[in-house]
Amino acid sequence: MHNTHIPKAPAYWSRAAILPGIVAIGPMLPGTLAFGMAFGALCAQKNFSLAEVVVMMGTVYGGLSQFVAVQSWPDVLTPGTIATLALLTLTVNIRFMLMSATLRPWFGTLPAWQAYSSMLLVTDGGWLAAMRYRDRGGADAMFYIGGGIVLYLVWLVAAIPGFLLAEQLTDPKKYGVDLVMPAFYAAMLVPAWKGPRRAIPWVVSGVVALLVHWLVAGWWFIIAGALSGALSAGFMDEPEKSGAAA
Amino acid sequence: MTDFLRSDVMLAFAVMTAVTVASRLGGYWLMGYVNVTPRVRRMLDALPGSIIVAAALPVAVNGGPVVIFAIFAAMAVTIIRRNDFIAVIVGMAVAAAARALGFGG
Repeated sequence: MHNTHIPKAPAYWSRAAILPGIVAIGPMLPGTLAFGMAFGALCAQKNFSLAEVVVMMGTVYGGLSQFVAVQSWPDVLTPGTIATLALLTLTVNIRFMLMSATLRPWFGTLPAWQAYSSMLLVTDGGWLAAMRYRDRGGADAMFYIGGGIVLYLVWLVAAIPGFLLAEQLTDPKKYGVDLVMPAFYAAMLVPAWKGPRRAIPWVVSGVVALLVHWLVAGWWFIIAGALSGALSAGFMDEPEKSGAAA
Repeated sequence: MTDFLRSDVMLAFAVMTAVTVASRLGGYWLMGYVNVTPRVRRMLDALPGSIIVAAALPVAVNGGPVVIFAIFAAMAVTIIRRNDFIAVIVGMAVAAAARALGFGG
């Protein structure tokens, strides 16, 4: 059993962690590429130019939010429709806020410019891999940055082949592309298992997410479920004491 | 043919980027004002699993039997092999194969 309450070393930079960081996000690269290609194909159908797609990959840099936004892209962009897109993006991407919050105890001792620049690279996969590394006692910030930069570069170019091959990729589900993130998530959940007690917040998160998904339109279910799960963990007593008040 | 870079599209991207960057930086910034007590520590520790479940479970339930089965296959592979790469490939392959065989979803 792993004890998460041991004090962990503050962040430092060394080249030694670049390669392990890249290796850790390696399993995500084919999926990221496939996801990006599917996105490129979708953009081609929605009459974006290739240059526009690459700009979006490099600036918004949030795969799910890009998909959701382009799927509901308005015919005419007005202040109103742009605000709708912004809200949609916020509901999908506000989970990044929770992720960067968890990185503060690790990156907090670094100079602000280094820490905040690092936060620009927060993604689901990069963050999960970094958390797993941290959980095992890792402190080298290069682990997270090395993997993060490779993920960014792959994502940046991933849409190009999809855009150019759009006709062949009209149905990405045929190739199971919609399973990339769920399958990766599922794979990350298995090593995070530390006994049933530590999984109670997951159950809370799942129940709340499903309820919100059914009751509230849009993508609020991610943040609602994640926050509920974390809060329930906060209200539970320490494992040493008996009787959880979840 | 569409323009190279339409200015209204660039504006929409800029707004979306601003929202996303604010999310990425905001959590880190806010945590600067939070004292990491054991309670906060437990909340932070529970976040990875909670985010995973909250993001994936509704998608899985919505996706129907093929998606659920593919996710279970990916988890089974992870339990046996502890290899994320194979897990993702198996998840995709199971879904692709099931759909090729005519299963919906």
